[in-house]
Amino acid sequence: MTYDRTLTNRLIDMVIYGILGVISACALLPFLYVFINSFSATEEPFPSEWTLSAYRYIFSTDKFLRSLAVSVYITLLGTALSLTATAFMAYGLSARSVPGRKWVLLMVLFTILFSGGMIPTYFVVRAVGLIDTLWALMIPGLMSGFYLLVMKDFFQSVPDELKEAAQIDGCHEVGIFFRIIIPLSLPALAAFGLFYAVGLWNQYFSAILYINDSTKWPVQVLLQQVIMQASGIGDSTQMGENMSFYGQSVRMAVIIVTTVPILLVYPFLQKHFAKGVLLGSVKG
Amino acid sequence: MLPGLVYFLIFKILPMWGVLMAFQNYQPSLGLWGSKWVGFKHFERLFQSPDFWMLFKNTFMLALYNLVIYFPITLILALILNEVRHEAYKRTVQTLVYIPHFLSWVVVAGITFLLLGSEGLFNKIGETFGQPRVDYLYSTDWFRPLIVMQIIWKDAGWGTIIFLAALAGVNVQLYEAAKIDGASRFRMMWHITLPAIRSVIVILLILRLGHFMDLGFEQIYLMLNSLNRGVGEVFDTYVFRVGIQQGQFSYSAAVGLFKSVIGLVLVWSANRIAKKFGEEGIY
Repeated sequence: MTYDRTLTNRLIDMVIYGILGVISACALLPFLYVFINSFSATEEPFPSEWTLSAYRYIFSTDKFLRSLAVSVYITLLGTALSLTATAFMAYGLSARSVPGRKWVLLMVLFTILFSGGMIPTYFVVRAVGLIDTLWALMIPGLMSGFYLLVMKDFFQSVPDELKEAAQIDGCHEVGIFFRIIIPLSLPALAAFGLFYAVGLWNQYFSAILYINDSTKWPVQVLLQQVIMQASGIGDSTQMGENMSFYGQSVRMAVIIVTTVPILLVYPFLQKHFAKGVLLGSVKG
Repeated sequence: MLPGLVYFLIFKILPMWGVLMAFQNYQPSLGLWGSKWVGFKHFERLFQSPDFWMLFKNTFMLALYNLVIYFPITLILALILNEVRHEAYKRTVQTLVYIPHFLSWVVVAGITFLLLGSEGLFNKIGETFGQPRVDYLYSTDWFRPLIVMQIIWKDAGWGTIIFLAALAGVNVQLYEAAKIDGASRFRMMWHITLPAIRSVIVILLILRLGHFMDLGFEQIYLMLNSLNRGVGEVFDTYVFRVGIQQGQFSYSAAVGLFKSVIGLVLVWSANRIAKKFGEEGIY
C-alpha cells in the first residue's frame, strides 16, 4: 500500500529508513570489524597495515586443516543422511493407510515435548559405541521431530489426485515419491537441508560431549580453544613466537574461516526460503 | 520409514528409560539393572542444596529477560520493516539482520570476547579517552545483559520472519477504508495491523512461555567462567558440570529430569492456554 506523500508521511519514512539503517549496521559491524582486523598486521583497533599472514598461518597448521576437513565431512554426509531419513519417514507418515501411523506420530510428538536429558542420552550414545567416532556428531541428532512433522504436513498438502493420476499411469509408491513428492517439495527440502547443515556445521556441544580424541574435533571446538583459552593451533614451540606477533588477527581469521562456508550456502537456497522458512520458524 | 523408527526408539525413547537412573545410585559398570535403587534421595539432595535456588533464580531471570526484552523487539522490528515500501531496501535490511542467525554460538561468543574482552575493542577505545577498563566478561552485573544482547544480535532478525509473513496477509482493503476515514499511520497500525496479527502474537508468546526454561545451553556454557557462575549457572550447564565432568551421574540425571518435567508442564499448560484463547495450539 502507498501512503499519500504528505510531509508527515515523508518524515516518518525517513525516520524508519534511518532506524533500519542503524539496525542493519549493528547486525553487520561486529562481523565486519572481525573481517577487517583479520587482515591487520598490527594490534590497533583500526588497522593501518595489511597482511595475509594470519590466514597463511592457520592454513599451514595440520590441526586446523584436519578439523576443517572433519566439519566439511560431517556437514555433507550428515545433511544427506538427515534429509533422506526425514523425508522417507515423513512420506511414510503422510500416507493415511500405513498401520500404526497414529502411534508413531504420538511418539514423535512426545519426544519433542519430553526428553531423557543429557546424562541418559550420553549413556545411550556410549552404549551404542559411538563415543570418539564421527558418527556421534551425525547420528544422535539425525532427525528433528519438529522438522519431521512439518515435512509430513507438507507432503500431505500434495493433492491426492496427483498421486492417483500417477498410479493410473502405472507409477509405484517409490516412483510417486521420487517423481512427484520430491520435486514438489523442493522448497521445504532446501530449507530443512540448510537448517540441518547449519546445525551440523555449528555444533560444538555434542563434540565436547562425545569426542575426546582431539584429532576428530570439528572446527568449532578448535575455534573455541583458539579464542577463549588463548592457545594456539600450531605446535607449542612455533606458537610461542607467532602468537605474540599476530594473536588477535589469527583469532579473527579463524572466526572468518569457520563462518564463511556456511554463509556461502545461504544465498543459493534463499529463493526456496519463503515457504520453507515459514514452516520452520514456527518452532521459535 | 523403518530406519527412522529405529532412530527414534534408540536415541529419543531409550534415554527416557534412562531417567530411571535418577532414582538409583547409578554405576556404569553395573548398568541400569544392577544399580541400587535409592528412591527420591537425589531429588531431596537437590531441593535442600543452596545450588537449587541459585539455579532456579538464574534460569528464571534469564528467561524473563529474554521474554520481556527479546520478544517485543522482534515484533517492533517486524512492524517497522513492514512500513518500508521500497522492496530492494527492505530485502537488503532483512538479509543483513538474518545473517547472524547462521553463526554458531562459538563465533558469537568469540566476537563478544574480541569486542568486550579486557584487550577488546571497547576497552581499547575507552583507554584512548582515559576511561578505566571494564571486565565485561567477568562481571556479575554484565552477565545477563550480555546474554540478552547476544540473543538479540543473533536472532532478532530471524524472529521477525513469522510476523512479516502474518503482516503480508493483512487485508489491504482495510487500510484503504481507514485512509478514506482519515486515519493516521499510527492509528492504522494500532487498529488494523496489530489486531490482524493478534493470533500470531499470542501463539508465539505462548510457545515461548512453553520453552521458558530452554535457554541456549551452548551460549551460556561459553560465556560462563568462575567469576560469573553465581549469576550465570543454569540447570543445563549444572547438569553438564556435575554429571559429565564430575561423574555424579544419578544426581545430575535427577536435576535433568526435574528440568524436563517442568518443561513438559510448561509446554502442556501453554498449549492449554492457547486453546482457551480460541487459537489452534501447537498440537
